Amino acid sequence: MRLNLGPSHPATHGTLRVFVELDGEIIRNMKLEIGYLHRCFEKMSETHTWNQVIPYTDRLNYVSAMMNNVGYVMAVEKLLGIEVPKRTQRIRVIMCELSRIIDHLVAIGTNAVDVGALTCFWYFFRERENIYDLFEAVCGARLTTSFTRVGGLYKDLPEGWTQWCRKVLANLPRSLDDVEGLLTTNRIWIDRTRGVAPISKQDALDYGFTGPCLRACGVGYDVRKAHPYYDYDKFDWSLITEEEGDTYARYLVRLGEMRESMKIVEQALDDLPDGPVNVDDWSIALPPKDQVYGSIEGLMAHFKLIMHGIKPPAGEVYSYTEAANGELGFFVVSDGTGRPFRVRVRPPCFAIYQAFPQMCQGQTISDAIAALGSLNIVAGELDR
Amino acid sequence: MKRSKYRLPLSQRIYLIAILKGMGITARHFFTNLLRPGRMPNVGYPEKRRNYSPRFRGLQILTVKPNGEIRCTACMLCATACPADCIHITAAEHPNPEVEKFPKEFNIDMLRCVFCGMCEEACPVDAIRMGTRYELANFERNQFIYTKDDLMRAGNYTQSRVTRP
Repeated sequence: MRLNLGPSHPATHGTLRVFVELDGEIIRNMKLEIGYLHRCFEKMSETHTWNQVIPYTDRLNYVSAMMNNVGYVMAVEKLLGIEVPKRTQRIRVIMCELSRIIDHLVAIGTNAVDVGALTCFWYFFRERENIYDLFEAVCGARLTTSFTRVGGLYKDLPEGWTQWCRKVLANLPRSLDDVEGLLTTNRIWIDRTRGVAPISKQDALDYGFTGPCLRACGVGYDVRKAHPYYDYDKFDWSLITEEEGDTYARYLVRLGEMRESMKIVEQALDDLPDGPVNVDDWSIALPPKDQVYGSIEGLMAHFKLIMHGIKPPAGEVYSYTEAANGELGFFVVSDGTGRPFRVRVRPPCFAIYQAFPQMCQGQTISDAIAALGSLNIVAGELDR
Repeated sequence: MKRSKYRLPLSQRIYLIAILKGMGITARHFFTNLLRPGRMPNVGYPEKRRNYSPRFRGLQILTVKPNGEIRCTACMLCATACPADCIHITAAEHPNPEVEKFPKEFNIDMLRCVFCGMCEEACPVDAIRMGTRYELANFERNQFIYTKDDLMRAGNYTQSRVTRP
């Protein structure tokens, strides 16, 4: 029997069309069709100034928008050859790790929902809500954050934010323990996830896996460890790896990574230097508001930057960060004008999703649903 | 691909222990919610609303001068900075010779706006701000085009962050 799974199916977490060839309940073959959520991100970037692309990056992996913001501006800053202030780096690390936590909360929560365990979802979404409140206090939006700017941030942290953040983090382990108690040793969960959609170490590497899905196969590769940026090598945290490469291993890796991310956030909060968040260069970051309102130089620089945009030197750069699903890369090309000549995104989901047919061959259709949840495919990032 | 066999410990092979443990966790949540309903994360919208921070990016506000006139000078920076091209301004000569320019029309197309806050960031005279209103549902498409008067009414902001008059 041939069957359409999606494009609008509650278990596909977005608009993915999977065309499956079934023998009874066993999957014999599978064909993927992507592009249902294609929004022309890369082409749209070429018609906007470098800073105007940032709201578009929110909509790549909308589960952890902050990480796309950071990944994109890192690429542009690399092109400009500037380094942002220490405080900005720390704040970006905090935001990235909080985003990683909420991304993993969603991944595990929805994966559990797909196999019928709704309770975990509620326990996790309570914590996710708290972290969204933190985001909203910083940047004014919960989901579409647009928090970073080239050479700095949209705004500095508000007063009392760090204490609030610590309070939210202190509540998090309780929820993780609850869900761990509900799932990790639960025979039903183990039966539904162990040995489901496994992938071998070599295959995962060949397909170009990165992130938790690769680490679940026993490869200890993480951009934060292998090519540290923003002082990730100075924080004390460890890499979580599992050997089996199945859905259960991916669940364990994600659960462990959330605890590691909490450690990083706490260390970054302890070591948060004072100072400005934007680089002191009015041709890159906007002048402070009192300069704009009060001095002609500030006003002129302000007008110049908004009318013409940042002008990086002509050249091309590939910059990559470890996003929640794996390596998120931005390849940006500048021709010296105020707009990108080309922006190419390397989304982690794209490499992972192409292995999906192989992983599900010979398994049942319900296993495919469980596997899809554990791969955490985000259609916004996959189709761009 | 064949499903590999795992040896589970006895405690996991019999469902009972895990089920009792799980029931314990859900029961704990059930009773804490029952005894302390105020600590539940639910918000009884629309009777109750959640509090948003002052930075919340909602419907834009056009601020006014102390005499009630619009502060905007129609410099077009917000329209230029807008990544969604949702701001449409028609500039005109102001009747008062001391004020050079003002917007005859200032329309924001809320169907296009992405609430990124770049207009607020771009404004050199603190004339546009992101307000906190967020319930913007309507029945007709043309009702989503907010005019100058709508946006000036959206908030009563005569206090300005601009230090000079």
